[in-house]
Amino acid sequence: MPEPQDEMRLIAEELSGERGGETVFSGVSFALGSGEALMVTGPNGAGKSTLLRVLCGLLPPAEGQVSFSGGGEDWPDSAAACHYLGHRNAMKAALSVMENLAFWQRFLGNPHLDPHEALEMVGLDGIGHLPFGYLSTGQRRRAAIARLLVSYRPVWLLDEPTSGLDRASEKQFAELMGVHLEDGGLIVAATHLPLGLNGARELAMRGAEL
Amino acid sequence: MLALFLRETRLGVRAGSGALTGVLFFLAVVAVIPFGVGPDLNLLARIGPAILWIGALLASLLGLERLFQADREDGSLDLLLLTGHRHMTALTVFVKCLAHWTVNVLPLVVVTPLLGLFMNLEPLGIAAATATLAVGTPAITFIGAVGAALAVALPRGGLLVSVLILPLTIPVLIFGVAAARGAVADPDPFLPPFLILAALMLFFAVIGPLAAALALRWSGD
Repeated sequence: MPEPQDEMRLIAEELSGERGGETVFSGVSFALGSGEALMVTGPNGAGKSTLLRVLCGLLPPAEGQVSFSGGGEDWPDSAAACHYLGHRNAMKAALSVMENLAFWQRFLGNPHLDPHEALEMVGLDGIGHLPFGYLSTGQRRRAAIARLLVSYRPVWLLDEPTSGLDRASEKQFAELMGVHLEDGGLIVAATHLPLGLNGARELAMRGAEL
Repeated sequence: MLALFLRETRLGVRAGSGALTGVLFFLAVVAVIPFGVGPDLNLLARIGPAILWIGALLASLLGLERLFQADREDGSLDLLLLTGHRHMTALTVFVKCLAHWTVNVLPLVVVTPLLGLFMNLEPLGIAAATATLAVGTPAITFIGAVGAALAVALPRGGLLVSVLILPLTIPVLIFGVAAARGAVADPDPFLPPFLILAALMLFFAVIGPLAAALALRWSGD
């Protein structure tokens, strides 16, 4: 993978986000450097998912701005630099797990791990030939996590990444995240549950003041 | 981009029913016309190209609203939009339209010669109708992409998409039928309307995906 010239930084300045015309959060600021993780916590409706969508540029911020620096030519902005794992897995039920992963690898570019290896990393080796629709909820989530591994992106934006996962898979995923951070990656995760990351900072969201 | 095209066609073929529904609908529309118009073979031959075009137009509207909705429901649309720096979103839309056309609309063009026989068209007329449909129907898909992108967030956007885009498809219909009829009706020319039809198709091939990409960008939630 290409070495960026200087350290990558993801900076949010005084962000506020809107959903359907209502402000769901405001005044969120943080700066995240290479190898750092940020846990976004808070009650339902506090705007965690909205924050992630604003960070990757799927939603325009109502106020403030998101900037990403140090990515060089490959990662000019946060949309280019991030992997977004939302509530939905972005996999097609009619295609096999392998076909899904191979497609995303080709489409997203910057190939990192071979789809077989990626499936092995999430403990799904041997079921790559099954249609994605046949998998259980936890297996689907793990297949979606494998998508983070087939293409390289420095920033991982994770929205409730461990929903549906069992203990063992949670642990496995924590190790994967650890490896990504050691490689100089950045992680922003919205979650209710501790993800088992050491040294992760926490951003508690309370929602907008009424 | 090739990967996207292959994925879309594979999905379309595996889901199966799309192409068959369109073809059956086309068949149904064309097959009932002779019963309604009565046994006047000359009249049938005269209105034949128009009936084929209207049937194909309506049949190609079926399933258009699913163009982006399926991707939105499983979250793929977010990722397709996020890669905007790598693959221009308009190009992504263009490829999706091409795949949609190949799977769902191309079969309509393929069965047109058979349905042309129902309409008592002469061989030259059948060839002209098929050629105009092959050139004209992509334009309908490209226009449809705009409607599908606008209605992507609506749970039952199906009819809305058709109503939104039908007015825009009228020029395509007019020149398509004019060219198809021009091939057989003697004083009318074939080439000028056919070329205008091709120009319309190219025009919408550019405008449609661009507009649809913009609509998708602002449909984010």
